[in-house]
Amino acid sequence: MTANVAAVRMTGISKTFGGVRALDDVSFEVMPGEVHALLGGNGAGKSTILKVLNGVHRPDKGTIEVGGVALSSHSPEASRAAGIAMNYQEMSLVPTLTVAQNIFLTREYRAGTGLIDDHEAEKHAAGIFAMLDVFVDPKALVGDLGAGQKQLTEIAKAISQDATVLVLDEPSTALAVSDVERLFVFLRKLKAKGVAIIYVSHRMDEIARIADRATILRDGRHVITAPLSELPIDTMIEHIVGRRSKGLSDVERGLAVKGDVLLELDNVSGRHKPENVSLTLHRGEVLGLAGLLGSGRSSLARVMAGIDPVARGEIRIQGRAVTIRKPGDAIAAGVALVPEARATQGIIPDHSVASNMILAVIDRLSKGGLVDTKVGNDLTDAQIERLRVKTTSRDHAVSTLSGGNQQKVVIGKWLATDPDILILDEPTAGIDIGSKSEIIRLVRELAAAGKGIIMISSELSELLTACDRILVMADGRVHQDLPRDALEDPSVPADDLAHRLQAAEQRLQIEIQKALAVQEVSHG
Amino acid sequence: MANAFFANWRQNIIYIGFVVIFLVFAVTLADKGFLNPNNLLNIVRQTAMIAVMAIAMTFVLSAGEIDLSVGAVAGLATVTVAMGIAAGGPIVGVGAGIATGLAVGMFNGWLTTRIGIPSFLTTLAMMGIAKGVAMWISATAAVPILSPGYSWLFGGGNLGPLPVLLLWMAVLGGIGHIVLRRSGFGRRVLATGGGETAARYSGIDTKAIKFKVLVISSLAAALAGMLYAGRLQSGRFQLGEGDELSVIAAAVLGGTSLFGGKGTVIGTIVGALMIGLINNGLILMGLEFSQQLIARGGIIILAVALSQKRS
Repeated sequence: MTANVAAVRMTGISKTFGGVRALDDVSFEVMPGEVHALLGGNGAGKSTILKVLNGVHRPDKGTIEVGGVALSSHSPEASRAAGIAMNYQEMSLVPTLTVAQNIFLTREYRAGTGLIDDHEAEKHAAGIFAMLDVFVDPKALVGDLGAGQKQLTEIAKAISQDATVLVLDEPSTALAVSDVERLFVFLRKLKAKGVAIIYVSHRMDEIARIADRATILRDGRHVITAPLSELPIDTMIEHIVGRRSKGLSDVERGLAVKGDVLLELDNVSGRHKPENVSLTLHRGEVLGLAGLLGSGRSSLARVMAGIDPVARGEIRIQGRAVTIRKPGDAIAAGVALVPEARATQGIIPDHSVASNMILAVIDRLSKGGLVDTKVGNDLTDAQIERLRVKTTSRDHAVSTLSGGNQQKVVIGKWLATDPDILILDEPTAGIDIGSKSEIIRLVRELAAAGKGIIMISSELSELLTACDRILVMADGRVHQDLPRDALEDPSVPADDLAHRLQAAEQRLQIEIQKALAVQEVSHG
Repeated sequence: MANAFFANWRQNIIYIGFVVIFLVFAVTLADKGFLNPNNLLNIVRQTAMIAVMAIAMTFVLSAGEIDLSVGAVAGLATVTVAMGIAAGGPIVGVGAGIATGLAVGMFNGWLTTRIGIPSFLTTLAMMGIAKGVAMWISATAAVPILSPGYSWLFGGGNLGPLPVLLLWMAVLGGIGHIVLRRSGFGRRVLATGGGETAARYSGIDTKAIKFKVLVISSLAAALAGMLYAGRLQSGRFQLGEGDELSVIAAAVLGGTSLFGGKGTVIGTIVGALMIGLINNGLILMGLEFSQQLIARGGIIILAVALSQKRS
């Protein structure tokens, strides 16, 4: 191992998109055998610098050296040839090809005749999954896979390239805790072999466990590079946000003023999941759904929003039984869902902020078949102000906004329908900490204004901050119905908010694990 | 294996449908000579040109593009081939035909991938241009082909009991199938149509792929035109008119997705044969042309509807 030659050295990289400076003179260096975390809020330039590194974007200025050799051209092919492999958050898999075909796309195994040998690819794919100690069917079509399996395929694809530099962009967002653990074990092995790993995540706890050094970007500029030992989580967050912040723990939760019963589910089942779910939601209440991927949280949300059919059971809204067969029924009954996949289910990325905001209320804004633009614009401006959406104009395409602001547009779109019940599925996924606490504050405000809110999140600290009551789900069923206070640890001083949140998170984690254990026993 | 076939019956509806329709015609039209070998070979002769174009169309659709100009390009090629043969013999004629396909395909590909006009529009415009050029250079008259050798090889001849057209179809079908299923190019075509961004991020030059499939499609259309010209011993601008719809129908019937990412050449050929089979059967039944059109449309809708996955 040549310890003194950097695996990757990016020097003075600048990149501008149509007048917006995404990267400004950023330098970044990763050594062989190092796990280097890349941190920053949305719009900090993380994705851009990674896309420059792997050749999708060409830098306006600056140089890239890989293993001491300067890259002379910028294309995905050139970067790969130099030994850089990367997983992409959701974009590098072809849904119509199988897992094995995707993993080895453009690097197919050939039979003696020069023809593609898919069986060989399937064997090697199975081998990679075995190394990671997870199971994904190499013959399955990627389009049929769930989010977690897709993510594992994406990771396997990056690993399969035997690269000297492995870039993992948010590899854990859809993974179960145990799969993340196995991934880390594997990454440590790669590290021992001298592979340089660049690890991007919004989850500080993961970074604290796996990374050796971290580089933090903010507003397209380099802020700091330091060993993890010199970067406690509070300091990291401080650098990311750019001001002193305790993260989520300073969000005021306040006391819920429970109003009338808004929504009741009586033994509701979907076709597959959920199973026999009963719950009650009051006005002014935020109800959290906790559980791992596949626990039925999102399925429950989809059933309530009329996207998936109700197989059995009854839904009552304000005491009246309602039939919800399609999303339109749910909207009419006052239920709105802010869906999990923002980019495909939430927004139309190329359309303007205004046309996205009015999408769900076009009929209400129409007179004689024509949309009243003025009323629509007023409505949009009001939502932009209310939700503090950062956009220079309501006419900008939503795709130009940061993730957090895109999510606010989705929330605004549904608020425009004036729902009583708002269901938020992973509202903070892929959003930086600053925007996260803003979204959670918003959730509390909406509840205080008399709405009933159901929130799904994989980040327990968020659920604990936002919710008054938490249902623990596993295998499509509700296992526990816990008031938020039941998760407090009385031994932690009341004024140590950060520590209290951490203690509560541990307790909730234990409840989730307990629910899983029950499920395993019952399936015995 | 057999279980898997029937478990995915919707996917394989084309093969089941082909057999069912064949059996129905074999029984009901037995006394009209449906099973007569000559009649069956005629179905092949009438289908071969559609099949040749549909093989290439499978690549175009799989890459997420479309080519509406194939019928008109085939017509133009009949004229350029015939004029080439008249001017300098069969070799010049074949060269003129291939050059026609190459020129049109590169123009389609350039407009689609470099200028960025969707292939639907590029090829829609090209459909008119090709027909116009064919009418213009031939002064709308048929151009006779006086080369028996050419006519034998390109469409008219028989090799023993088998029509040469069947061999063209079988050879091109075999090559097409292997290229789409088992070659790096085929895999890149399917990846481009299945998820263009993903394909690009995986290092595939998706524009080059789209360019190539459009060139292949025009070349196949030109070849189909050469077969028409050989079979009918003349070049006429009307030949191939309206074929684009049969070609696309054959591919879609065979299980190729109009939205890209999914295609099979074998299915396409069976799809083309099925269309030929239906046409032949309906004629033997003595239906009028108007009734044939309606019946054919109904059968195609039924087959495609049955093949749709239910959510």
